[in-house]
Amino acid sequence: MDNKKRTIIQAVAAVLQNGHIAGFFTGRIYGGGAKHFCVPGLNCYSCPGALGACPVGSLQSAVSAWKFRFPYYVLGVMVFFGVTLGRLVCGFLCPFGFLQDLLFKVPAPKKLRTFRGDMYLRYLKYAVLLLMVLVLPFVYKTTPFFCKYLCPSGTVAGMLLTAADERLRGLLGWIFTWKAAVLTAVVLASAVIFRPFCRYLCPLGAFYALFNGVSAVRLKVDSGKCTGCGACASACGMAVDPVKSPNHAECIRCGQCVSRCPHGAISFSHCLSRSSPEGREKA
Amino acid sequence: MTDRRRMILTAALLFTAILLIAAGVAEGQYHQVLAKATRICLECIGIG
Repeated sequence: MDNKKRTIIQAVAAVLQNGHIAGFFTGRIYGGGAKHFCVPGLNCYSCPGALGACPVGSLQSAVSAWKFRFPYYVLGVMVFFGVTLGRLVCGFLCPFGFLQDLLFKVPAPKKLRTFRGDMYLRYLKYAVLLLMVLVLPFVYKTTPFFCKYLCPSGTVAGMLLTAADERLRGLLGWIFTWKAAVLTAVVLASAVIFRPFCRYLCPLGAFYALFNGVSAVRLKVDSGKCTGCGACASACGMAVDPVKSPNHAECIRCGQCVSRCPHGAISFSHCLSRSSPEGREKA
Repeated sequence: MTDRRRMILTAALLFTAILLIAAGVAEGQYHQVLAKATRICLECIGIG
């Protein structure tokens, strides 16, 4: 899978999830039946173009309801995407991931692949999932902590809505200023670091990461073909070594390693494909 | 983890996901998702 094809798929996915074009001009969000369904990626349902519901927002909303009922539906949808695609969602279907990919193409004096403490900082997204999406909204009812204080996708939605609706513009306050600062930090970091929000903060990426090792779609390394040249590891934007761990929790399955391998040793696979009898394939 | 164990785990998780969705649909939870998603979430956009 070359980068151009992936970019096209990402663009199509972003357009399909935000196809309510009229909303961008009127400042009114889509109110049709398609919003019964959660989209796979991080896409604020208050975005004027959004056609589906954001899984993280829906989960928080369910958890923070005064009359708590276990969120079977939203959790089921999220587990379904996780167990079928894993973090392929991040690599191909998430509009905010696509935005970060585009920002990473912007020339910068230096691009950081990894740095000291990078691997530890990646655990932060699990804390965001646990605390800001689950625990705090459950304890302090009615406040969707992640959406309110952190989600940059919601800030983009807010900017688009306030640009089209003067009444909303008049309501902007310190929370919007804070969220705009978070968005600015993510945008600036995206030009230097590959997918900073996905790496360190995204609770949806953290959730899907839990399933990367068992998801139906997976990466496979044929150790019979692999010469250990390291081309795959140096091509990986997420600083994962596919030879050591092809289905690492941090792998967003962008397919860079697949296209960069000079020996065709790495391929997309699925859970029904078995390793060779000699056990030469690592999956 | 062997291929067989992984396949069983994947199938079990997929089955669990389908059961969860079915339970949610039976409870009408998708209506709550729609109700939330069709109103502008002021907190989400940084106003509330």
